[in-house]
Amino acid sequence: MSIPLITTSRWNIEDGHTLEGYLRTGGYQGLRRALEMTPAQVHEEVKKASLLGRGGAGFPAGIKWGFLPPDVWPRYLVVNGDESEPGTYKDRLLIERDPHQLIEGCVITCFALGLSQCFLYVRGEMAHGQERIASALNEAYEHGYVGRNILGTELSVDVVLHWGAGAYIVGEETALIESLEGNRGMPRLKPPYFPASIGLYGKPTIVNNVETLSNIPWIVEHGGDAFAKIGAEQSTGTRIFAVSGHVRNPGVFEVEFGTTTFRDLIMGDQYAGGIRDGNTIKAFIPGGASAPWFFEEHLDIPLEKTTVDNEGSMLGSGAVVVMDETTDIVKACHNVVRFFSRESCGKCTPCREGTNWLEKILDRILNGYGRPEDIDLLLDVCDNISPGISWPPKQTTICPLGPSAVSPIASALKRYRSEFDAYIASNTDTPVTVNGGRA
Amino acid sequence: MTEIQQDSDLISVTIDGQEVKVKSGEVLIDACEEAGVDIPRFCYHKRMSQVGMCRMCIVEVDTGRGPSLQPSCMMDVSEGMVIDTQSEEIKKIQDGVLEFLLINHPLDCPVCDKGGECPLQDQTMAYGPGETRFVEEKRHFEKPIPINDNVYLDRERCILCDRCTRFADEVVGDPLIQFIDRGNSTQVNTFPEDPFASYFSGNIVQLCPVGALTAKPYRFKARPWDLEEIESTYPNPLGDRIVVQSSRDQVLRLQGLDSEAVNWGWLSDKDRFSFEAFQSEYRLDNPLVRGGGLNKADKSGTGLVAASWAGAMSIITESLNGADPDRVAVIGGARLTNESQYAWTKLAKGIIGTDHVSADLGDDLQPHVLLGLPRATISEACQPNNTIVLLTPDLKEEYGTLFIRLRDAAKNLGVKIIELSPMRTALSADAAVSLHPLPGEIGNVVQAITTGDIPREVGGISGEDLSLAHSHLKDTNVFVIVSRSSMGQSEEPIIEALTSLQEVDNCRFLPLVRRANTMGALDMGMAPGLLPGRNTLSSGSSVFSDIWPNLPTESGANTKQILQKAADGNIDTLFLLGADPLTDFPDKALAKAALERTNTIISVDLFVTPSVYESDVVLPAASFLEADGSHTNVEGRITSIRQKITPPGTARPDWMIAAEISHRLGHDLGIDTPEDIWEELSSRSAVHGGLDYRKLDHQPDGHLITATGRIPFIPAEERIETRPVDSYAMRLILGRRMFDQGTVTQMSPSLTQLAEKSDLRINQYDFERLGITEGAQVEVTSGGANISISVKVDNRVPRSTALIYSNLEGADPRELLIEGAHSIDIRIDPTVKASA
Amino acid sequence: MSRLNEENLRIARQIVSRYPKKKSALIPLLHLSQEQNGMVTNEAMEHIAELVEVTPAEVLGTCSFYEMFKRHPVGEYQINICHGISCHLLGAEDVLEHAEKSLGVKEGEITQDGKFSFEGVECIAACTEAPCLQVNYRYVNRVSSDEFDQLVTDLKNGQNTQIPKHGTLAKTRQNIQSEKLAGPSEVENASPPVWLQRNKEDQ
Ligand SMILES: Cc1cc2nc3c(=O)[nH]c(=O)nc-3n(C[C@H](O)[C@H](O)[C@H](O)COP(=O)(O)O)c2cc1C
Ligand code: SF4
Ligand code: FES
Repeated sequence: MSIPLITTSRWNIEDGHTLEGYLRTGGYQGLRRALEMTPAQVHEEVKKASLLGRGGAGFPAGIKWGFLPPDVWPRYLVVNGDESEPGTYKDRLLIERDPHQLIEGCVITCFALGLSQCFLYVRGEMAHGQERIASALNEAYEHGYVGRNILGTELSVDVVLHWGAGAYIVGEETALIESLEGNRGMPRLKPPYFPASIGLYGKPTIVNNVETLSNIPWIVEHGGDAFAKIGAEQSTGTRIFAVSGHVRNPGVFEVEFGTTTFRDLIMGDQYAGGIRDGNTIKAFIPGGASAPWFFEEHLDIPLEKTTVDNEGSMLGSGAVVVMDETTDIVKACHNVVRFFSRESCGKCTPCREGTNWLEKILDRILNGYGRPEDIDLLLDVCDNISPGISWPPKQTTICPLGPSAVSPIASALKRYRSEFDAYIASNTDTPVTVNGGRA
Repeated sequence: MTEIQQDSDLISVTIDGQEVKVKSGEVLIDACEEAGVDIPRFCYHKRMSQVGMCRMCIVEVDTGRGPSLQPSCMMDVSEGMVIDTQSEEIKKIQDGVLEFLLINHPLDCPVCDKGGECPLQDQTMAYGPGETRFVEEKRHFEKPIPINDNVYLDRERCILCDRCTRFADEVVGDPLIQFIDRGNSTQVNTFPEDPFASYFSGNIVQLCPVGALTAKPYRFKARPWDLEEIESTYPNPLGDRIVVQSSRDQVLRLQGLDSEAVNWGWLSDKDRFSFEAFQSEYRLDNPLVRGGGLNKADKSGTGLVAASWAGAMSIITESLNGADPDRVAVIGGARLTNESQYAWTKLAKGIIGTDHVSADLGDDLQPHVLLGLPRATISEACQPNNTIVLLTPDLKEEYGTLFIRLRDAAKNLGVKIIELSPMRTALSADAAVSLHPLPGEIGNVVQAITTGDIPREVGGISGEDLSLAHSHLKDTNVFVIVSRSSMGQSEEPIIEALTSLQEVDNCRFLPLVRRANTMGALDMGMAPGLLPGRNTLSSGSSVFSDIWPNLPTESGANTKQILQKAADGNIDTLFLLGADPLTDFPDKALAKAALERTNTIISVDLFVTPSVYESDVVLPAASFLEADGSHTNVEGRITSIRQKITPPGTARPDWMIAAEISHRLGHDLGIDTPEDIWEELSSRSAVHGGLDYRKLDHQPDGHLITATGRIPFIPAEERIETRPVDSYAMRLILGRRMFDQGTVTQMSPSLTQLAEKSDLRINQYDFERLGITEGAQVEVTSGGANISISVKVDNRVPRSTALIYSNLEGADPRELLIEGAHSIDIRIDPTVKASA
Repeated sequence: MSRLNEENLRIARQIVSRYPKKKSALIPLLHLSQEQNGMVTNEAMEHIAELVEVTPAEVLGTCSFYEMFKRHPVGEYQINICHGISCHLLGAEDVLEHAEKSLGVKEGEITQDGKFSFEGVECIAACTEAPCLQVNYRYVNRVSSDEFDQLVTDLKNGQNTQIPKHGTLAKTRQNIQSEKLAGPSEVENASPPVWLQRNKEDQ
């Protein structure tokens, strides 16, 4: 099996992040190639590649690009580099180790779609990434790869580096746009379902993930067909997965998309190398904290979007978190629920109040104040956030964040309810003070 | 107009199994409501953008692709849509949302102002879970905090519906309250030490669906179930529709009534909280007469003392019996209802026989302008793609709800505003073109804009800006909103501007007036030469002579002329109907001389104003809260005013006072109820013909009077030459504020502190040029007169102009006015530091 | 004085100029002022409000939404200990507990010398390096108790010069000569970009 490294090829090159290192290793060839083509032809190659978005939802990039309404100007590109989904760790490396590849992807995309300005929204906590991309942009401007009259052509596009400031929800694309407009990062209402028609400043906007755009130079240079040949039919190319938790070799791996299995990734020697200390696997999160958990029987599922969807979870942001037999499931569940509760933007009642309530109930159970009826209560509160507790989730909320808090509870209770019961059984008295005590 | 009709084409949808016709393009939640299906909601408000935050209104919708859960406030109806609002799943979701809202909500309904009228409480009773399943500690915040002088916020009760914050930002452009912090800790608050200083803050109290926002004037005063209410009209020039709520014969609250045509439910704080004034201890509640003798030229030392109605009346009849009608005059009447105005006109013109009757106070546009131009309604002007020309000062200060309507039109309907105001206003940012011609030069500026005959520069406006404004007049409907802007500018330049605008195809006008019911006053004949129903003395005499025995034949004096006659000693009896010339008439000296020389001044008023103080007989009148009648707004819209409480003491409706005087003069006015007036009038006035007084109560948008052209507009004949400001001088703007020394503001405890002190405002540039320090006292002179005033930087004021607000505490800018001048230039001498 | 100083004001104006609408610069400017003062003060928010032409309340609304902006003083070194799921599985709670003992303050408090404060934070995107933390947003991977103590000692003694004081974000900024900039487009009524027009003709 010899697949090319598409996005991570420079990660081990000492100066891969500099313009010199980038050019030496074939950088900006995609842009030169694109400038010989028409914008429509470039778009066509991306369509042929069937590149799925790597930010979480997995929507085909070429098709999304096609949603731009004709004849509305200006249009913008917003790069989603807010990477904050627990377990996810790839966009930061792409930014730190190969910033020019991302910049090249951005410029090509602007060329193809007639986007007049690109905003690179990088998570605020990534100081090093900010520095790397800032230097790369300075170099790229200096040498005419970005800015006015790129490589001497009529193409003129600015790439503006923008800082996040610590809010997971801003990763949601409409919240990202709000944040970029200087507002609180609260998701906008749908419809429109995509910002492609009404986005930044009310104008057509393409939002793509860092990894998605990092694939563009390769696709344009080698052709969409070459890309589509790699991987499975509907999950083409390669994809980066971060495997963390109780594995021997936690790491970030670029693998062939759609054909590699979870077992390969978690157990394989060239990847995460199996469960630590010879332990057995208890559960794993296949695609970031929002995804319902998988268990041992799911290991042979391929890393393929549709298959994973049909099995009741998602590949999401390519974050695989492994829990071995020593894991306290109630604590793990509490940890993930607490994340969503703290990161709720507060807009929708069920998410703002519900996730917080879930966290409080789990807190109580963990602290020895659980009551037998709390399990039903947990499930009923879940049901009020995500009716039916099904997958894909139905939601009473604007964005999927609220319902995401349901995944860990539903998953943990499905398989390890006894651990909850054990906590509850250890409760000796009823601690419950009726609320409103403090008038 | 046809476009609107097309939009409202009906389509059919199925709601809970019932097929119904609804308006296409309507929001689902509204469509359901009209079909009789109420969907609970907290955040949705049809006058604001949709945010879909509370998630209470979720229903199941099938548009052909299978049922899905959708907030009904976020979706427009479409043909064939199948909606389920009642399924088990929906019920569970709604119960769930309610439970979520309640887990952190204090259950202090028994002590909450909102208890009894709270949607959250109602929903909980109707659908909510019985017992709480939330056993944890609730969220805590410091109990009510003031967010401005009149509004308190209890963040524990807040359900984060975004209504108040949206209102502040979207509707009135005062984004001073915000969501702060995130997620479960989100709260509404202001920036530290930066209160929610909005002219419209009371609206957020009305908007709040729970008891989180309360207004000081109402807090703890009553329980909603004790309140009785009635729909009425606030007597301001726009005729904002209101709901008056009272308990035990005390008005406790005014709320905005959502009238599509006028105020959309909004009110300015001045109007909302002014009910305090009408119930203040300073209200006149008994007649007063001057003690120690009457008809003295020198009235000093002779105070007003309480009297009986009979006593007061006998003094009045004495002064009128056998009097020469030419020596009797009436000033004022704009405060009155249409009915009272009719009664007073009939008394003055029909019985006493004088035509010296004038509701104007020298600071409004003349009757021929107000009645002579083809008139437009607010809603006609605010239609997509229209152009509105504003020849007004800052509407936010004086016409709050009109400001809101225009802001909405510019922001949401694509209406292009060409603003020609003396300085930057609250609408400037939303105007397509905002120009600030020098006072006095507006006629020339408008002529250039309308004709497209563009000079290099005129009135301080560049040719480029003039061309831009001109371009917006093409291929569109043009509407002009005009008022007598700055008193620093005479009326002529405005008439000149209107003369040019009249030439624009199909141009229509909405002239604004300064006082509540000036339009009604004109329609009831309270101007020299006019009779009710827009008749002139000559056209109307045949209509009224049978019941108005002493109709004068010659046109009488307007206010200025009346005051002049009085000052010359030619008036014996002067009625002031809610008028205060000493405060309001631009020529203060003339007003003073007039009152001093008049033998008998009879004031009919609510309060002791400076002019009332100088009167000989004072009769207490009933306010709009205490009498029935109707009001005519600037559009010509007649709406009902309804009595809610009894007048204080022996105060009575103005029409009743007129009837009484008439009776004592030996004539029956023929009016026993306001309704009688309409019987008499509607048969005689073509203008008022279609009006059915009894139906007004069921017409929230009232009855629109449309007749124009009966009183012709008199175009300007001459052109006023431009007059550059020399480099040592500044052109004066006299502005108005919402809160000033006016009676209502001063008599309302919640409003008095909002009035500022008088100062002179100039641009930073001029400020530096003159080398003044902020707050310095300077001496300002014009045509010999001078005042001492402190200076402030205000960058809304254009260069080479200076702004002083009228009627604030401190220096009175009326001193600087020059009789007959089209504009006033002042000099500021920073070196002559006048003593404070 | 916590308005932006002259140098930062110059940078601020440059940042503002890169966006089609001023308010977009709000978050970058808040970072800039936090860099200057170690935290975001009310005065700074008022200054930023002036610069981007919104009300101070709007600045506060945005500022308070984001965790990185501290409206109260924090230590010169703010230690963010990740307690996301991957770090949780590999002992984040132990690191937190150790930090409390080692620094002698509770989560959210500042050490007496003003040098340190710490808190548990959500996933910082270094999951394969768990347990991990950031000091002033600089990563420290797979941190043990000893390493933690060493880090604190080094910072205290000024032996670690890699980590700037709290608030400093990227040490490298975007720095572009103005003639190389394409410049922001008009938000309203822009025409299609030239390179598209040309290619329309080609097709
Ligand atoms: C709560 C939430 C958080 C998200 N966070 C991220 C993120 O950190 N990075 C990202 O690229 N996409 C994130 N997404 C997905 C984006 O909304 C969007 O789908 C994506 O950026 C589109 O890019 P793509 O099509 O290239 O994948 C998030 C979505 C949700 C609902
Ligand atoms: S679901 Fe939660 S995070 Fe998403 S918009 Fe609603 S409140 Fe905000
Ligand atoms: S009323 Fe629809 S979500 Fe609040």
